[in-house]
Amino acid sequence: MSVNLPETPLSKRDTVLRIRNLRTCFPSEEGEVAAVNDVSLTLKRGQVLAVVGESGCGKSVTSNSILRLIRPPGRIAGGEIMYYPSEGAPYDVLKLPDKSDKLYDLRGGAISMIFQEPMTALSPVHTVGNQIIEAIRLHQKVSKKEAREMTLKMLREVGIPGAERRIDQFPHELSGGMRQRVVIAMALVCNPEVLIADEPTTALDVSIQAQILKLIKALQRARNASVLFITHDLGVVAQVADEVAVMYMGRVIETGSVREVLKQPKHPYTRGLLNSLPGMDKVRGVRLSVIRGSVPALTSIPPGCPFHPRCDYAVRGICNVGVAPEMVYSAGAGAAACLRLDSIPTYGAKVKEVTP
Amino acid sequence: MSTLSNQNDQVSSTPVLPLLEVRNLCKYFPVYSQGFMRKEVSKIKAVDQVSFDLMAGETLGLVGESGSGKTTCARTILRALQPTSGEVILNLPEGRRYDLSQMSNKLLKPLRQEMQMIFQDPYASLNPRMTVGDIVAEPMKIHGLASGSDLDGRVERILLKVGLKSEHRHRYPHAFSGGQRQRIGIARALIMNPALVVADEAVSALDVSVQAQVINLLGDLQEELGLTYIFVAHDLSVVRHLCDKVAVMYAGRIVEIASTEALFEDPKHPYTRALLNAVPHPDPDVPMEFELGGEVADAGNLPSGCSFHPRCKECFQPCDQRTPELQTMPDGSGVACYLHGESDEKQ
Repeated sequence: MSVNLPETPLSKRDTVLRIRNLRTCFPSEEGEVAAVNDVSLTLKRGQVLAVVGESGCGKSVTSNSILRLIRPPGRIAGGEIMYYPSEGAPYDVLKLPDKSDKLYDLRGGAISMIFQEPMTALSPVHTVGNQIIEAIRLHQKVSKKEAREMTLKMLREVGIPGAERRIDQFPHELSGGMRQRVVIAMALVCNPEVLIADEPTTALDVSIQAQILKLIKALQRARNASVLFITHDLGVVAQVADEVAVMYMGRVIETGSVREVLKQPKHPYTRGLLNSLPGMDKVRGVRLSVIRGSVPALTSIPPGCPFHPRCDYAVRGICNVGVAPEMVYSAGAGAAACLRLDSIPTYGAKVKEVTP
Repeated sequence: MSTLSNQNDQVSSTPVLPLLEVRNLCKYFPVYSQGFMRKEVSKIKAVDQVSFDLMAGETLGLVGESGSGKTTCARTILRALQPTSGEVILNLPEGRRYDLSQMSNKLLKPLRQEMQMIFQDPYASLNPRMTVGDIVAEPMKIHGLASGSDLDGRVERILLKVGLKSEHRHRYPHAFSGGQRQRIGIARALIMNPALVVADEAVSALDVSVQAQVINLLGDLQEELGLTYIFVAHDLSVVRHLCDKVAVMYAGRIVEIASTEALFEDPKHPYTRALLNAVPHPDPDVPMEFELGGEVADAGNLPSGCSFHPRCKECFQPCDQRTPELQTMPDGSGVACYLHGESDEKQ
């Protein structure tokens, strides 16, 4: 079998979060299904790692697993999530006992999260100020007055005009973009080392999305925070990410730098996704190339490579037998979980067509 | 009525009438004061002075951010909502010409066959208690167009046409994936053989790979059946792919309308330009040059003059006082902006 580790293992100082062989399962009528299966990811310090995939590929379950937010009967069935704090010893998040102080400190303290739907992420019966103050006072020993000052400062930092007035308003009095800014303020107010952004712009309009992306990127740079950015939108990936991991049916099938993955995608699934985008520079009316079929249910994962029934390059006897292929790393060019990487044509012919 | 006869005069010179003529369409929602007496205190202009022509076989994209009135506009055209004023003229073959805006529901019912809708959410728009066969057959039953084996045959044919199998008709919606459900919704709209199909964010809820399949299906069906689409969407790349012309809406008004090529190559209105720049390109080397601050104008409390002026970089003297009208060119394109209006008029 091929090498299963990057050729140059990263030093601990470069890495802030390292997930190894994570497996998260949920019971179903047809037995237990693994929504996340054997996922390994490395988030480097000060970088943005985008996890991209279609609905049901396990990207949100992965991020929820990091904060141990999987509700029973779902369970994290195995793996390791090593967190390397900038000060102090690294530890495995999965080994922390439930309801331990260390886990509570981690959630919203060292690792915090921006959720997709800002209306459901905020309590409708508390003012936005009180919600942020609560988050501060959970993690830091400050007086209410100090916490309020910090909240005001944070609200200004995320670009909310009239923060003095907004701080005492309820979420329903704010627009969608403003609410998302409040959620971001709440996530950042405790100076987390890791920020998990789960589809933070999906519910927003393009113009607001552009504002929020700019804001997240600026705040990330200013604070040298590390961001795990979950999205399904390859355009958003291109604009925010340093590194990309593509997921399909609970597995990571391709990783690499944003340029490697979006400009020289290796895995046929990643290529299929890129080709099926109705591009801003593709010719109108020409049929889009599609990935045939649809994502199978997790209860009936195809044998061998899970993508083989939809893959144009699949070969009988290689792709449809055995276990799911492992990631194949190549020097300085990312990695992909495909058995036929050597035999499929290099990506590029299509790229030449579309770039003038 | 005078406008109607005027247009009839023009008919002799232009042999082909547009399938749909929308003239100064307005839809205002009243705002009531609180308390027992509930006095009407103001109006929300959800759709304001919208005009366009749509030829048979064409696709019009209606784009804009949430709250810009694109869905309300589409629904008012279909008379799912009663317009406040304006005309919606549907020209059907054999010289049948109807102004939908003021017709009674009874007169309108037979015309509803010609106007069908595809909805956004394939999970919410199908009744979970009905089989796919019943869902697709229901419009035919309501209009009493077919029954028995004739109806079964039609249901089967339309299911095959949208890429489903005939045995699927005995199953319930929950057994289908999002993309397949959207195909069911498309089959339900197309079984009536409509002249006009309004697709309201029909592919927005779908994943990229499935979205491409449904976009291709809509294109194929249009070619095969000669359909006319109004495609309501916020995703500009989808609109660019599917539409012949595009109308950009802001705060209830069309601010720019043009052929797809012209709009994407040479956007005229500052809002259109900002909107195009806000679309993240899936190439990391194409940076997002986004400058548009602020948020969509509140339709209940519109700024004076041009609704866009508080966010506009190129705002100048008349913009905050007078509302620019949509200056329509002979080719049907137009822009509502003082940067372009006057100079274009002279040409």
